[in-house]
Amino acid sequence: MSGGAVRIGRSLLALLLLPVVLLAFWWVLSADSTSFYMPPLRTVFETFPDTWSTDGLTEHVVPSVQRLAAGYLLALVLGVSLGVAIGSARRLRAFLEPVLEFLRAIPPTVLVPLFMLFAGLGDTMKVLVIVSGAVWPILLNTIEGVRAVDGTLRETCRCYGIGGTARLRHLVIRSASPQIVTGMRQGLSIAIILMVISELFAADNGIGYVLVQSQRGFAIAEMWTAIIVLGLLGIALAMLLRLFEWRTLRWYRGLREAQRGRS
Amino acid sequence: MTADELGAAAATSAAPTPGARPGAAVLRGGNALLGLLGFATFLALLEVVPRLGLVSSDYLPPFSRIVGALGDLLREGGFWAAVGDTVWSWFLGLLIAVTLGIVVGFVVGTVPVLREFTASTIEFLRPIPSVALIPLAVLVFGLSIKSTLLLVVYASFWQVLIQVLYGVADVDPVARDTARSFGLGRWARTLHVTWPTALPYVFTGVRLAAAVALILAITAELVIGIPGLGAEIGVAQQSGAVPRMYALVVVTGVFGVVVNVGFRALERRLLSWHTSVRSEVPV
Repeated sequence: MSGGAVRIGRSLLALLLLPVVLLAFWWVLSADSTSFYMPPLRTVFETFPDTWSTDGLTEHVVPSVQRLAAGYLLALVLGVSLGVAIGSARRLRAFLEPVLEFLRAIPPTVLVPLFMLFAGLGDTMKVLVIVSGAVWPILLNTIEGVRAVDGTLRETCRCYGIGGTARLRHLVIRSASPQIVTGMRQGLSIAIILMVISELFAADNGIGYVLVQSQRGFAIAEMWTAIIVLGLLGIALAMLLRLFEWRTLRWYRGLREAQRGRS
Repeated sequence: MTADELGAAAATSAAPTPGARPGAAVLRGGNALLGLLGFATFLALLEVVPRLGLVSSDYLPPFSRIVGALGDLLREGGFWAAVGDTVWSWFLGLLIAVTLGIVVGFVVGTVPVLREFTASTIEFLRPIPSVALIPLAVLVFGLSIKSTLLLVVYASFWQVLIQVLYGVADVDPVARDTARSFGLGRWARTLHVTWPTALPYVFTGVRLAAAVALILAITAELVIGIPGLGAEIGVAQQSGAVPRMYALVVVTGVFGVVVNVGFRALERRLLSWHTSVRSEVPV
């Protein structure tokens, strides 16, 4: 066998070995489980198609993801546009900093009861809750990124008379993009948490709703499938964001490598 | 969260990067007055907007009424007990998560084979939202502090672990080889080379974990009803005590500010000897 094949085999093994071993352990150890809370993994897998068939998907996963997407995208637009505005104006930043520092320190989940007062129990409330939590990391990271724009680049732009949208797109947003993406990543995990929490409080559909209903009805295997679905959703979205990051920040990785002399 | 909180730092050889911002402290001092003015404006808006009827004061009580409710709270023994409960479960959960994160991070990080074989599992487990475990916690641990701890530890452990792994991977190869050629054993190298290199990363991890732990502690109390500030908010909501609810939210915000500012100050103090250029790592 050639060396290349061995290397590929080895990295595949590294990728899969531990997850497979862990799953096997779970499967074997829970096989004869009589514990009420830890049903055999086989039972969980058997319940899976019942709960999450096409009906389950359209009825619960789709609304959850729609609310998540709406809230997250709104938070992104708000966070980046406000962040660019606040980050470019030194006085405005100084004016707002303590207020922002306080608002972002409030655990976002405690805002659920507040938003229930304003917006009732519907989708609006859930989207607002997601926005109110996810916007902070994006906003604050954008501010940091914008205020740290390289001075030489900024002056070069001024010399060449680059302004308006071109300046925004090629200088400000581009320079701040590593920080913006970091904010997006932190915001995403908060958004998922808030999606679930808002559905635990009041909903008639969604993954969080299935989670809390099955727990209250002691449908333990079903509850486990909901936990697994949430986990899979979290992983899928994290991977999607990583793909986005890999594509948009290619220039930045190159820059860092050159700076650290590791190219 | 600011840029320097992110992936952390300590790239000793790095040239100035977009994350570095010299002179920030100077600006901060000069702008304190402006910040104070900003905060005063915010409070004034909170007072005026409901009074003018722009937002119903049933939903958003004027600031003075929130302060009044806050004053009532501060005189209640039950409130202080709730604060104590929340602080205790936050602290205990953070302690467990940090200890676990550092130990696991150092073991996995310093052994290349372990690092290689656990990477996929860590990447897989990390994005699982901890709140998915709420029903499990309710069923297994009920209303005890263990439910809170499960969520807090699960959420904050990853923050510490990931930072420790970055930190351990950042060890300067020259320093490592030097230590090795001077005959330092594995243990001595960990203590004198790896640990000082990783320390700023560890601290970033702890600071991030502290904020996450607070969110999860209060969320667990709010959703499950475990005694603490979160549960108080839930009770206030169900009994329609709106100003009280706002006052409690303000308290959680103050708690959050204290945690953020406190850990940042602690970091500056403990790492003042560290000459590293703090910058952001794109991960």
